[in-house]
Amino acid sequence: MTTTNPSVARAHEDGRRGGGRRGGRRPGDRSSSVPPYPRAPAYLTYLAGKLSGAVVSLLAVLVTGFFLFRIVPGDPVAAMTRGMPTSAEQLATLRRQFGLDLPVWRQFTDYCGRALTGDLGTSYQFRQPVGELIAQRLPATLLLTGVAVVLYSALGLWLGTRSAWRHGGLGDRLNTGLALTLWSVPSFWLGLLLIIVFSVGVGPVPGLFPTGGMSSGTTTGPAQVLDVAHHMVLPVLTLVAVGYAQTLLVTRASLLDEMGGDYLVTARAKGLRDDLVRRRHAVPNALLPTVTMVFINLGHVAAGSILVETVFSWPGLGGLFYQALSVPDLPLVQGLFMVFAGAMIVMNLLADLAYPLLDPRVGR
Amino acid sequence: MVTTASHRTARPLLALGVAATALIAAQLPSSDRAYAHANADTHTTTAMGPSAASALSPAVTTADDRLGKVLTLAVSQSVDSLSPFLAQRLTSTTIHRLVYEYLTNYDPEDGRTIPGLATAWKSSPDKLTWTYTIRENSTWSDGKPATAEDAAWTFRTMMTNPDAATANGSFTANFREVTAPDPHTLVIRLKKPQATMVALDVPIVPKHIWEKVRDFSTFNNDRSLPVVGNGPFILTDYKVDQYVRLRPNKKFWRGAPKIDELVLKYYKDGDAAVAALRKGEVSFVPNLTPAQAASLKSAPDVKVNDAPGRRFLALAVNPGARARDGQRFGNGHPALLDPAVRTALFLAVDRATLVEKVFQGHAVAGQGYIPPRFSRYAWHPAPAQERAYDPELAARTLDAAGYRKNAAGKRTGKDGRALDFRILCHATDPHDKAIGKYLQEWWGKLGVGLTVECLDNITDPWLKGDYDLAFDGWSVNPDPDFVLSIHTCGALPATPSDTGSTDNFICDRTYDALYARQAAEYDPSARAALVKQLQSRLYDTGFMNVLAYPNAVEAYRTDHIAAITTMPAAAGNLWGQDGYWSWWSAKPAAALGSGDGSGDGVSTGAVLGAAGAVVLVAALAAWAVVRRRSSADDRE
Repeated sequence: MTTTNPSVARAHEDGRRGGGRRGGRRPGDRSSSVPPYPRAPAYLTYLAGKLSGAVVSLLAVLVTGFFLFRIVPGDPVAAMTRGMPTSAEQLATLRRQFGLDLPVWRQFTDYCGRALTGDLGTSYQFRQPVGELIAQRLPATLLLTGVAVVLYSALGLWLGTRSAWRHGGLGDRLNTGLALTLWSVPSFWLGLLLIIVFSVGVGPVPGLFPTGGMSSGTTTGPAQVLDVAHHMVLPVLTLVAVGYAQTLLVTRASLLDEMGGDYLVTARAKGLRDDLVRRRHAVPNALLPTVTMVFINLGHVAAGSILVETVFSWPGLGGLFYQALSVPDLPLVQGLFMVFAGAMIVMNLLADLAYPLLDPRVGR
Repeated sequence: MVTTASHRTARPLLALGVAATALIAAQLPSSDRAYAHANADTHTTTAMGPSAASALSPAVTTADDRLGKVLTLAVSQSVDSLSPFLAQRLTSTTIHRLVYEYLTNYDPEDGRTIPGLATAWKSSPDKLTWTYTIRENSTWSDGKPATAEDAAWTFRTMMTNPDAATANGSFTANFREVTAPDPHTLVIRLKKPQATMVALDVPIVPKHIWEKVRDFSTFNNDRSLPVVGNGPFILTDYKVDQYVRLRPNKKFWRGAPKIDELVLKYYKDGDAAVAALRKGEVSFVPNLTPAQAASLKSAPDVKVNDAPGRRFLALAVNPGARARDGQRFGNGHPALLDPAVRTALFLAVDRATLVEKVFQGHAVAGQGYIPPRFSRYAWHPAPAQERAYDPELAARTLDAAGYRKNAAGKRTGKDGRALDFRILCHATDPHDKAIGKYLQEWWGKLGVGLTVECLDNITDPWLKGDYDLAFDGWSVNPDPDFVLSIHTCGALPATPSDTGSTDNFICDRTYDALYARQAAEYDPSARAALVKQLQSRLYDTGFMNVLAYPNAVEAYRTDHIAAITTMPAAAGNLWGQDGYWSWWSAKPAAALGSGDGSGDGVSTGAVLGAAGAVVLVAALAAWAVVRRRSSADDRE
């Protein structure tokens, strides 16, 4: 192998510089105002900064979650008993069971105290610990949205790279055109369309896939694995179709920025194949915005997709959140808010931690 | 170059494609199962992979048991709790009807009270003691006999433990004492007479199971399966928002159901449920929209059941919100307190148009409070009393009462205030919005302004009395006591900051006197006459204006269900009956199989496995890329 990736080359250089005397002298370098130190502690400082930021954010979420959903109008007890034979004593019992008879500050301190010990309370409508409810639904959501995010990120990255590399060409225009069209399609509508065509079957198209749910019945063991995969096809297809445009466009735009770079001319001058120039030189440098986006999307994984989960009757967190909000089931919305926000914070943290590995210019 | 590049990038994609195809191909037999069943006998599944795979495990008996006539119903509402002491939602109470016996049941023909767990009942001359004879041939599914002590314990628990009174406490609020002098005699002593004693819709639970429950506020009855019951079905499996599975109770005293399994499968989207019905993945779908019903009319092997509903849709007029302590609150328009204004407004409402245009024919116009489905109690205003559609009479009525049109064509009261009203509407209900448009037009011609305020949460302004008019509707039970009670003075909130069980802050002494008489009247026909008088009084006061009774529109597959009992029998619904008649009576058609869409349990292992399968595919793809790269590197 005769060539090295420019970013890899810089990483080696940085490695030397970080350990040597010239460390931190480069203009614009964020660590230039501090005394020279070895590379590893720099990363640790960076890590500590990001970690403490994440913890502060989580605490903020904890507090916001409590007050945010109390601003939402609606008396949970009145909403839950509307249309049912209820006596005043029953209403009082419900308020006492839910702790709504206590002053708000007591509710808040109780909530914080419990949350810090990992207890998210008991759902009003399901009479079940919130943590347990979330744990029941989380695997379904992670599976569906996780697979979709991985697939559409990969697809978007691949198509985006190709589009940018031959921008303006027919392929590029077709690619971006199709992606943008699908991006603007409402996911529940596309989902229903897929159900009608590929589940029920239209004309010569046989109904190959189930209309909803996560599993079809009498299967166990390995057959059940295939069964779940079978049920996943249409919802994943919907999410991928609607979602991949985002990654495609970001990748395309950032790669276009890199394409005028001198290092690409150099690489070509060395006689590298076009394919290699793209893959080894251009793409790694254009990757950061895409990576950010992938992590943001991974952060959204926990929240699932309310619309797609509803259309395909997927027993995930998205649907649960909708049910929780419509009461409002305060412990449940607070718990879900914590989980959704927490996932976002953690994924952002991971993205922050991954940047220095992808691009050594970050974090020093 | 270009060709090589695209050829190379195509390889991982190819690998992905191959793997995905393999995945789907492997799955094909089971997806064809539904079709196989459609024209074969029920033993088809024995040859299927899944059963074969589990042939060596004890699960094989379960798999075999599962074969047979499985009826799958599409449901959308989540179960709030499987504990009869907590459950309030229709899905949950429907399940309880199937799983537990109640003291009495309702005849599917005409809704009159018939024996359930109790075979006979009588009241004492002072109307305060009720004695029920408990049947001798009802046993719990664990083999123990169901006795009067089980019933007594159920009621006593609700009386002494507020948490156990969460769902049905209103039934026992008037109980003084409940005893079981012997295993087949239940005695209930009341504080004051209560006509609903033959309509106690309370599931009776087995004492020997439930006396171990420590905290009734969190016990959901969904951990220890099958659930011990004595109804026509036994709940064998439940997974939140995925399915509820019920098996026939072979020892049920009225006779076992004719199907082999009843599955409630969750469809959170109505259109997806309709697609499943078309395909035959489910046998029954409730709560259809007019568009869905129209599209299913032409579908093969599907019957649309457009049944008279048990709901009424009304316009409530704020009578001036008040509390029991006499304090008034809210901001209802004062002109609405004038009977002439209320009369004029509802003379200008064309109910027939609403039924035809808004409900597209899936409703019945009406003015009485109790829907005609409950024939014993249904009432219709006499011709002289009726506010039939007559916009000119409406205008004359307003003129006569002194509400003249001003230069701008607006009617104003004596105080100079314009007749501009607001109506509270449910943002999620398309009917409300559509009716609001018609009202704006009709009342606009009359010179009355109307603002339609559609909110996600109408409970808050409603409870504060901050409305002029509001869309109102209740689902009526065979016994009308509750829907009548919510218009009594006693239902008002104690103080303005409390919540009462009142519906619309109505407080009328004449009505209250009639209500008290019917509540103490044990003779069915005398009581029915009083209930009709109550409705007449409610109609005359003009604060509750019933517009229509929306139909219950549902559909089922005729190649799955050969015969089924509707309620009322002549023309009635299937889902949410007062009783277990529909699913207990359902006679399976020859084509009904074990179904495809019954939604079995998904273990964490399966989820991990499916994720693993996908990861494997991704790994294969990655491997293909790496392999290609290394070979490309070698070539360079």
